[in-house]
Amino acid sequence: MIAGLSPEATLIAALTAPLGGAVLIALTRKSVNLREAMTLVTATVTFALVASLYPLVMAGGSPKVVLTEMLPGLELALVLEPLGMLFALIASFLWIVTSIYAIGYMRGHHEKNQTRFYLFFAIAIAATLGVAFAGNMLTLFTFYEVLTLSTFPLVTHAGTPEAKRAGRIYLGILIGTSIGFQLVAVIWTWSLAGTLDFQAGGILEGKVSGTVAAILLVLYVYGIGKAALMPFHRWLPAAMVAPTPVSALLHAVAVVKAGVFSVLKVSYYIFGLDFLSTLPTAEGLQYMAAATILIASLVAMTKDNLKARLAYSTISQLSYIVLGAMLANSLGFMGGGMHIAMHAFGKITLFFCAGSILVASHKTNVSQMGGLGRTMPLTMFAFLIGSMSIIGLPPMGGMWSKWYLALGALESDQLFLVGVLMVSSLLNVAYLLPIPIRAFFGKAPGDTATFGIKEAPLPMLIAISITMIGSVILFFYPDPVFDLIKQMVM
Amino acid sequence: MIAHHLPILQIIVPLMAAPVVIIIRRPAIAWLLATLITWTTLIIALALMSQVLGDGPIVYRIGGWAAPWGIEYRIDQIGALVLIIVSAIGSVVMPYARLSVEKEIPADRIYLFYGMYLLCLTGLLGIAITGDVFNLFVFLEISSLSSYVLIALGRDRRALTAAYRYLIMGTIGATFYIIGVGLMYMSTGTLNMLDLASLIPSVIESRTVLAGLAFLIVGISLKLALFPLHLWLPNAYAYAPSVVTAFLAATATKVAVYILIRIIFTVFGVTQILAVLPSVQDVLMAFALVGIFAASAVAIYQDNVKRLLAYSSVAQIGYMILGISMLSTLGLAGGIIHLFNHALTKCALFLALGCVAYRTGGAGIKDMQGLGRQMPWTMAAFVVGGLSLIGIPLTVGFVSKWYLVQAALEKGLWPVAGLIVAGSLLAVIYVWRVIEAAYFKAAAEDAPAVSEAPLAMLVPLWIIAAASIYFGVNASQTMDIALGAADVLLHGAAQ
Repeated sequence: MIAGLSPEATLIAALTAPLGGAVLIALTRKSVNLREAMTLVTATVTFALVASLYPLVMAGGSPKVVLTEMLPGLELALVLEPLGMLFALIASFLWIVTSIYAIGYMRGHHEKNQTRFYLFFAIAIAATLGVAFAGNMLTLFTFYEVLTLSTFPLVTHAGTPEAKRAGRIYLGILIGTSIGFQLVAVIWTWSLAGTLDFQAGGILEGKVSGTVAAILLVLYVYGIGKAALMPFHRWLPAAMVAPTPVSALLHAVAVVKAGVFSVLKVSYYIFGLDFLSTLPTAEGLQYMAAATILIASLVAMTKDNLKARLAYSTISQLSYIVLGAMLANSLGFMGGGMHIAMHAFGKITLFFCAGSILVASHKTNVSQMGGLGRTMPLTMFAFLIGSMSIIGLPPMGGMWSKWYLALGALESDQLFLVGVLMVSSLLNVAYLLPIPIRAFFGKAPGDTATFGIKEAPLPMLIAISITMIGSVILFFYPDPVFDLIKQMVM
Repeated sequence: MIAHHLPILQIIVPLMAAPVVIIIRRPAIAWLLATLITWTTLIIALALMSQVLGDGPIVYRIGGWAAPWGIEYRIDQIGALVLIIVSAIGSVVMPYARLSVEKEIPADRIYLFYGMYLLCLTGLLGIAITGDVFNLFVFLEISSLSSYVLIALGRDRRALTAAYRYLIMGTIGATFYIIGVGLMYMSTGTLNMLDLASLIPSVIESRTVLAGLAFLIVGISLKLALFPLHLWLPNAYAYAPSVVTAFLAATATKVAVYILIRIIFTVFGVTQILAVLPSVQDVLMAFALVGIFAASAVAIYQDNVKRLLAYSSVAQIGYMILGISMLSTLGLAGGIIHLFNHALTKCALFLALGCVAYRTGGAGIKDMQGLGRQMPWTMAAFVVGGLSLIGIPLTVGFVSKWYLVQAALEKGLWPVAGLIVAGSLLAVIYVWRVIEAAYFKAAAEDAPAVSEAPLAMLVPLWIIAAASIYFGVNASQTMDIALGAADVLLHGAAQ
């Protein structure tokens, strides 16, 4: 804890710090350096506030703050618990790194309207922390919607017809699923269970019939469109028109992880793993997740645009976490929870690399990237490390989450799903590794010269190095992540 | 002493001020006086609400004559809530009106605007306060006749035909209402609402009373623009001056919904109606649902944003009637809170449009192009209103949707819950069209360069927009009032 602040006050401070930062960013819009300094300071303060609560959560504490009574008997409330702690730590830490990166990117790429960019970015982070700290389903739903709306101006940042079309798909799918399915599920839960509080063991068991709970589960999982379970995944590739820092932090970490985080929360605190495992639709959703894992990987192989390829890779990886939740046993849940952290570090590294390739060489397509390893060695090396983490090879953190997911599938006697996980790893190899291999050993395609290409600006390289090293550290020292989730399931 | 006479002051103050305004004629003084009067009515309404919440319903006998011979004013929770809605919108719009009216109404008729505005306010407040069905008719006509004039004041000549059409339809509605009242009087010999309520059970089987009920419901449905009786509304809203549209959209139809609630729940009572006309529930629900979808679908294809919002109003009225038609505490509370919430939302949207019209001179989707940059505060308020129409959390629209869906689920009306959320998705489309024009399209080549609206218009706009966020974040108090009002209406606890 930061000196003099109670845990409750720290929680509120962590949520409001990005908003305060947004105001500061707007006020300092005249001076570019000052504005970027504000972003960095805010990000650091936010992370410090979140991190200061870690010892308390490890000691079993869970501070609670009631913001307001939104509807009679229904509060907007924050409660800090281990899973939320994990998500908040990752999001706020990677915000610092992304801010460093964005400084290099936005200048190097000469983006317009940078103040608006940083402003909505800060609001999106606040909404993400709101999702992480949500103490009940109403609060989670509220911040979930705020997150959708605050990222919309970022997705459509370019203002081109293409960005506009992407914006339509983005809003259409995310708002459509959240109002059409999730809101109905939330209200239904409220009228059946009489509470929306997150309670260990769930709030539905014994209050609803198996059939109703099975329908509710489907409404929840598909209502959380940010988890990108097929067939509601189209918004994620569409969102790739955004500037790369947005794709990196929001569409590889904050937004999509808010989705799968919500799925984990609902599984654990609304249904309860024991009750969840008795529902027939849970198994159906396992197969949907498995199908998404495979199909998205196959689609990724066909994409020549690097960001599009990474987007489909994200869709596939998100379904690992949905699968972990739907397995409804402690090992699967552990795997799903750990994958939030592991995939975050791996995928953000890959997006950072994609952005630095774009800034340094103006190349967006995989087929143009032959020979780039010689001119951009650090970037392409980081890409290799990130790819290996996504594939799940040691010594990268991604190995641990796949390990637990496979164990969870075995415990449920789902040999088929173990097979899916293994095949998926092979597919990951097939669509990720050729990129660094071609960069290091291949030749530049005839029509594009590598002449005159240098490494990306320094801030971007610093950011890439931090997340790359993070992926490796998480292999040797996954304990902070592991211990948090262990509190919940073991 | 004054406190005791607040109910009559609520009506008499704006009523007496109206002719004074007409006599004064000077626009500036007329505006000043009208502003003072409207704010006074708001203070009275708030005082009445606190009395009702503290000591229960207020009964006031005009001239000391006891009911059923004399006219009785009777204020309970829902009445007080409607009084607050009407007077709050009426007073917040006033500071905005000065500039907007100067621009949109010929200078020699401005005094008429303020006079008619006060009369209209009087009528709407009177409807909410009276406990007598004939007195209600009188107030209904006061508000209707003055609103025909208000609409016709628009510079656009199409406003005249719109007002004329509204006059015809409105008069038919009022005539149906008074025929209904006459039939009730034939069978019971009384006009007092509570007296009627106690006498109706003994005569409920008679055809006269049944016919009366039918006339009442159809007449009121015309007034509140229930689909398919809404035909007068889109043109009236589209061609009226901006201030008039904002005021009427937020109050007139809402008060008509209030009349329907009064007739169904206070005068007849749910058990009586269900005993003789069990199908009324299904019929109202069917019209409400068809209205939600048909009007939303039409709204999507409008090129004039005022018409677009007018059709959206027809759809939103469908939500209120849907809540009422469930005949349950949750549903009715959802309908009542939507009445309050939608008043705020639509008022904010039409005020924002008024700002746009003030600067660009039009309200077409084309006129909105590029305004996201040129009028950032106006368009931000429009976005807030739009989000509330969709029902995004942290806005008032979310609160109403929540209760309507919950009420539908409670009754096991699955498909209805699905249709309610599907309706909000249609709202996404028509709101999106405007947002897209404002933020993603550059202003047309020949469009004049415009700047942000004047502060005198922005402040009222943002008061309403902020209220539609505040009461969405912090809805417990308003919801308690709505739930309490619904409970009293259904079970007559405090009557």
